Amino acid sequence: MGAKDLFSHSVRIAWKDLTELVRNRLGLVLLIVMPLFMMAMIGFIYPSSTTTISNMPVALVNQDQGFYNTTSGTNSTIPSQIFIGYLEGINDQAHMLILSNASTIADVKNKVQGGEIDGAILIPSDFSSSIISGEQGNLTIITDQSNPTIAATLEAALSATFDQIGTAIAEGNVQNLNATVPANNYLAFVKPYTIQTEGVVSGNPSYFNFIAPGIMAMTVMMSVMTGLPVAISKEKEDGTMDGMMVAPIDRLSVILGKALGQTARGLLQGFIIMGLAVGLFAVIIHGNILLVVGLLLLGVFSFVGLGIVLTSFAKDQETAQMMMMTLMFPMMFLSGVMFPISQMPWYMQDISKFLPLTYASDALRKVMVLGAGIPDISTDLIILIAFGVVMIAIAVPLFQRMMTR
Amino acid sequence: MSNTSVIEVNNNVTKMSDAPIIEVKNLTKMFNDFVAVDSISFDVKKGEIFGLLGPNGAGKSTTLRMLSTLARPTKGTATIGGYDIIKDDTEVRKLIGIVSEKMIMYNRLTARENLVFFGSLFNLPKDILNKRIDDLLELVQLTKWKNAQVGTFSTGMRQRMNVIRALLNMPQVLFLDEPTLGLDPQSSVEIREFVKKLNRENGTTIIVTTHMMVDADLLCDRIGIMDHAKIVALDTSTNLKKTISGADTTILKLEIGNLSPQIVEAIRACKCVDAVSQENSTQLKVISHGQEAFDSVIDGVRAADGKINSMENLQPTLEDVFLHITGHQVRDSADQKIPMATHRRFGSQPQGRIR
Repeated sequence: MGAKDLFSHSVRIAWKDLTELVRNRLGLVLLIVMPLFMMAMIGFIYPSSTTTISNMPVALVNQDQGFYNTTSGTNSTIPSQIFIGYLEGINDQAHMLILSNASTIADVKNKVQGGEIDGAILIPSDFSSSIISGEQGNLTIITDQSNPTIAATLEAALSATFDQIGTAIAEGNVQNLNATVPANNYLAFVKPYTIQTEGVVSGNPSYFNFIAPGIMAMTVMMSVMTGLPVAISKEKEDGTMDGMMVAPIDRLSVILGKALGQTARGLLQGFIIMGLAVGLFAVIIHGNILLVVGLLLLGVFSFVGLGIVLTSFAKDQETAQMMMMTLMFPMMFLSGVMFPISQMPWYMQDISKFLPLTYASDALRKVMVLGAGIPDISTDLIILIAFGVVMIAIAVPLFQRMMTR
Repeated sequence: MSNTSVIEVNNNVTKMSDAPIIEVKNLTKMFNDFVAVDSISFDVKKGEIFGLLGPNGAGKSTTLRMLSTLARPTKGTATIGGYDIIKDDTEVRKLIGIVSEKMIMYNRLTARENLVFFGSLFNLPKDILNKRIDDLLELVQLTKWKNAQVGTFSTGMRQRMNVIRALLNMPQVLFLDEPTLGLDPQSSVEIREFVKKLNRENGTTIIVTTHMMVDADLLCDRIGIMDHAKIVALDTSTNLKKTISGADTTILKLEIGNLSPQIVEAIRACKCVDAVSQENSTQLKVISHGQEAFDSVIDGVRAADGKINSMENLQPTLEDVFLHITGHQVRDSADQKIPMATHRRFGSQPQGRIR
């Protein structure tokens, strides 16, 4: 049997699978909705750095007892009043916080537990006395540990705000200390450096830029790895597999055809994701589209073998589905699709080095976001090709044996 | 089913030549330690309808799956049309068609799309395939449903689809695995008639597995009785029945209008008659032996001026044969189904067997 027959039979089988897919209206809708949800959810749950907080309920606990001036016999809380004045002034413009008052830390705890506030700012009892004595004033940010994301956001926002207040006060101090300094230079005295961030390509950094290529790579590759065992075990269960197996065709064309069908489905989903990323989430693709498609196909190639191996082990659909879930989650989280690999502990980083998805999403990200060419991603390419070849070499004999048990 | 002869008749094939088209030698299949088929050997002649009869789990389906190259024998082998089922499996597959117990079709595709898909795997030229599909659809009266998705079909329609799907490559050997399972009597008759017609007109060799005595009796030229992974008896239906009654006993039920003691005596006087018993005023049961039993008894009655209203040959049934050979009833022994790795069953399937 020639390669021509092998190919034409594979195409027949793939076409049949796709016809079935098109007839399944609900499945078709889900095919489009699923990537949309995935993009939207992941994109919004992990906000990008440019996101600002607004109207976050925060309590202000002012325990300042002031500075008692023994000579004049007066008690001064001027430093805390200045701080609160600045804070309210900034907040009136930015509307970051909804400030309320609380009396004690216990009160704050109750309100956090009750869901009334997300955190609190504590001005301690010695705040004014420290500052007037020439020491640093201490401020405490109280956060809700049950929600680390909000805690981190609040902490970052408040720190920036406090820093801003501190700078403003410092500028005033410079003026008082040295009247010869020109007014424009006060800031340079307090903060000699300014920092500016710029990417290697134009555009603002966005989390979507990071996840869109990863999710594309994942969807396309997973479609082969997981779709293949499910599709084949379904045909075995229904008995329709026998119909193909008694035909005088190369048994390889069954698996090839199935893989082809799944690849087409996966690519379609991949393009839907790309369309959504560009259209809805303002991701700009800097690289060559053909190279993107080529990379996706290479990703499929590297996963086909693994998919066939799984197919050989999955005796029925149920097992296939479970195997899919078991493999999908570690891959999703360990391959740097959603979180940068460099943020993981070293042992996790080591594991991720064995996952082909790591290299596919890395290469795709470089091409899509940074506009990289083939030479820039050659390491990724070599690893993906090698992985694909090795897995197929293992898979084909395994599959041939499985088909005639 | 339609009587129009649309199947392309192959005139070169004569019904039942003596040349075996299938030769099975020590065919064995084991699933781990479980012996599903235990070293069976038999031949099937060209143009024959060969039945494998036995209870569920006897190994019939596994035998069929091995012969149709869907399962690999653990030991032994078989040839179909001279090709080895292990070494020349692709050649074997060109010769065979299989009607599985499970309906081989895709519910979301239309009848026509299903046939086009399976047909296209045989590398037939497009025009020939299309013609054949139209003919086959017409043959089983599904032409007007050809563009409907088969998921909407009734069980009877689906089974007809299932049968013509196996005929797309005009197979020389057709395997039928429980073709009438789950069908109403009407549909069962249709399938049986269709199979007979196919055998008669095309000379297609047919191997059918069944646990239905009626199917085996009405359909098969020869029957292999399978029980516990072995073929325990193999012969024509008539010969099988003879084995239990010893030699060539014939049991006759006679209805004689003018029954009289003289007539009874005349029958008793025949050499071939072993026993005569009077059932009622007009009926006699005669147990006789020898090839001329029929003629002698009739002659005896006629000589005594008896008028035979009806005469019935009470044969032992296949059920009796099975009981005699295996020592148990067919339906008692549905004890264990072979744990086929590729065949998980779910009860909701309309064609699933009830056990």
